[in-house]
Amino acid sequence: MKRILFTTLLPLLLALLGATPARAVITIEITEGVEGAIPVAVVGFDMTQLPVPLKTDLASIITSDLNRSGLFKVLPESEYPQRPSQSRQVQYPLWKASGAEFLVIGRVLPREGGSYDVQFQFLDVLKRKQLLGYRFPVRARSLRATAHEISDLIYEKITGTRGAFNTRIAYISVVGKGKNKKYVLQVADTDGYNPQTILESDEPLMSPAWSPDGASLAYVSFENRRPEVFIQHLASARRSKMAGFKGLNNAPAWSPDGKKLALVLSKDGSPDIYVMDIATRKLRRITRHRAIDTEPVFTPDGKALIFTSDRSGSPQLYRIALSGGRPERLTFEGPYNAAPDVASDGKRLALLYGEQGRYRIAELDLEDSNLTVLTENRLDESPSFAPNGRMVLYATTRGNKGVLYMVSLDGRVQHKLSDQAGDVREPAWGPYKPLRTQ
Amino acid sequence: MKIRNLTIAFGLLFLAACQTQQSGEGMEPTTDTAQQTQDSGMAEPIAGGAETTQLGEEQLSARELLEQPDSPLSTRVIYFDFDSARVRDEFLPVLEAHGVFLAENGNVRVRLEGHADERGSREYNIGLGDRRAQSVRQILLFQGASSDQIETISYGEERPAVLGHDESAWSKNRRVEMVYDVQ
Repeated sequence: MKRILFTTLLPLLLALLGATPARAVITIEITEGVEGAIPVAVVGFDMTQLPVPLKTDLASIITSDLNRSGLFKVLPESEYPQRPSQSRQVQYPLWKASGAEFLVIGRVLPREGGSYDVQFQFLDVLKRKQLLGYRFPVRARSLRATAHEISDLIYEKITGTRGAFNTRIAYISVVGKGKNKKYVLQVADTDGYNPQTILESDEPLMSPAWSPDGASLAYVSFENRRPEVFIQHLASARRSKMAGFKGLNNAPAWSPDGKKLALVLSKDGSPDIYVMDIATRKLRRITRHRAIDTEPVFTPDGKALIFTSDRSGSPQLYRIALSGGRPERLTFEGPYNAAPDVASDGKRLALLYGEQGRYRIAELDLEDSNLTVLTENRLDESPSFAPNGRMVLYATTRGNKGVLYMVSLDGRVQHKLSDQAGDVREPAWGPYKPLRTQ
Repeated sequence: MKIRNLTIAFGLLFLAACQTQQSGEGMEPTTDTAQQTQDSGMAEPIAGGAETTQLGEEQLSARELLEQPDSPLSTRVIYFDFDSARVRDEFLPVLEAHGVFLAENGNVRVRLEGHADERGSREYNIGLGDRRAQSVRQILLFQGASSDQIETISYGEERPAVLGHDESAWSKNRRVEMVYDVQ
């Protein structure tokens, strides 16, 4: 599903070909409207049956999700020929004339005890048939999540891949100045809404990492005036210090089974990578090198780690099998490749690519070693894949402030997250939530 | 990160050069010579620059010595080049003075806080700040400071001294701060 605009790309490509030997780096022009995106109409959900209309606009949440995916282009409401809420009201020829290929309609009905029934239908305009139809019983506080769930179902119906809109992100926000400066670890919806504070500290917080079940976060805290690794259970707010050795205790990453934590420790000299069994706290040293070895991340099969090391003289990415053996270098393009994240398919990495004083987010195809630069900024960092591997969340600088962006790999749409107070950095995209049983 | 052509037959500089190779290239350093130099340096501390002579004046307390405005000890921040942990030549006399001061005041402790500029990855920058703190530590040890007097920590890019997104800010943020604890 590549929709690269070659005409706008050509000058960029030529410039890059001159600058880089070896494999070519493809830079994708940032586009807001994506050519080839599927035109969809999302009609405002009918709330006339409710005593008081909802403040949550389900259709606009779905619209924002679908646009953000880069796969869809939601048509402006002013072009809608009618406002149906059930499929029997739909006049397909009118919608076909409007240019919409698919139609999302729905309504909200009252339920006993102050909750709601959200009904939605996803219709194929050209084939004149229903592709999806659901009814969700929902409490008021779960309305936004339900809208994201609807977006997930639509995304999956079209792509065959589960959507990742109804998931959460964690990030560090820095608020206040001087002595009132606070480091805040927060969790929010993927569109930036519903931010919740997990931990607040006067000293730096770093490197949040989600447990595979989404119930806990590992992170680095300087609260004792040096970096230490903690695990915190989100619902109970209970936490334990996992590593407080002499020197660095940094860069935690969970194994796919949630039983181990990869860490960076410098207790034995320079920063090296260790794997800790969470239950027994038994440590196993994985790398042994004078270089900086850091930012480990498990491959989805749990059998290897990918990490950053400057053992070659500059930061590059390596893979090391947990069964032993020498690390294998993965990146050769450019002088600076760091901060790896592995897609759930295990075939692609998101990374921080630095060249000529610019630090941008790139995707590395592990099968053909092709590197694709995804952003056009100067100071990006901390790429994190969506659990379906179709979007990358990252931090960048706007003015004097850190902000979070997402880039879609389906259509290269760049999307800034809303509702972020403070200087925001180090986003980590959480896992899927358990599926609702229908 | 290239090793400069060092022509100065000065133990301190030699050690700094070995560190550069060690940290920058990730190779085994020339351990034997480094160790020898270090050993001979320990046995016979180098009385280098003229600045160090006043440190011997016993009438001043450790705290007073640190508060002398003209003393090299008043320089407590060491700056670094981009992606480098090599101590620049201009800071060697300063670190020499700090090392001698620590050697002569065994009850004084110092905390070396390594920092990096904002560019690149945050965890890699933690490693870089650590490496900078280790470079400074090596020089202090070489001057006779004891390892239990020195604590190192890295803040990476988390605590910039100067806000800004250009070289003038970055050059102030690539640093090691020496924080003394004088009882």
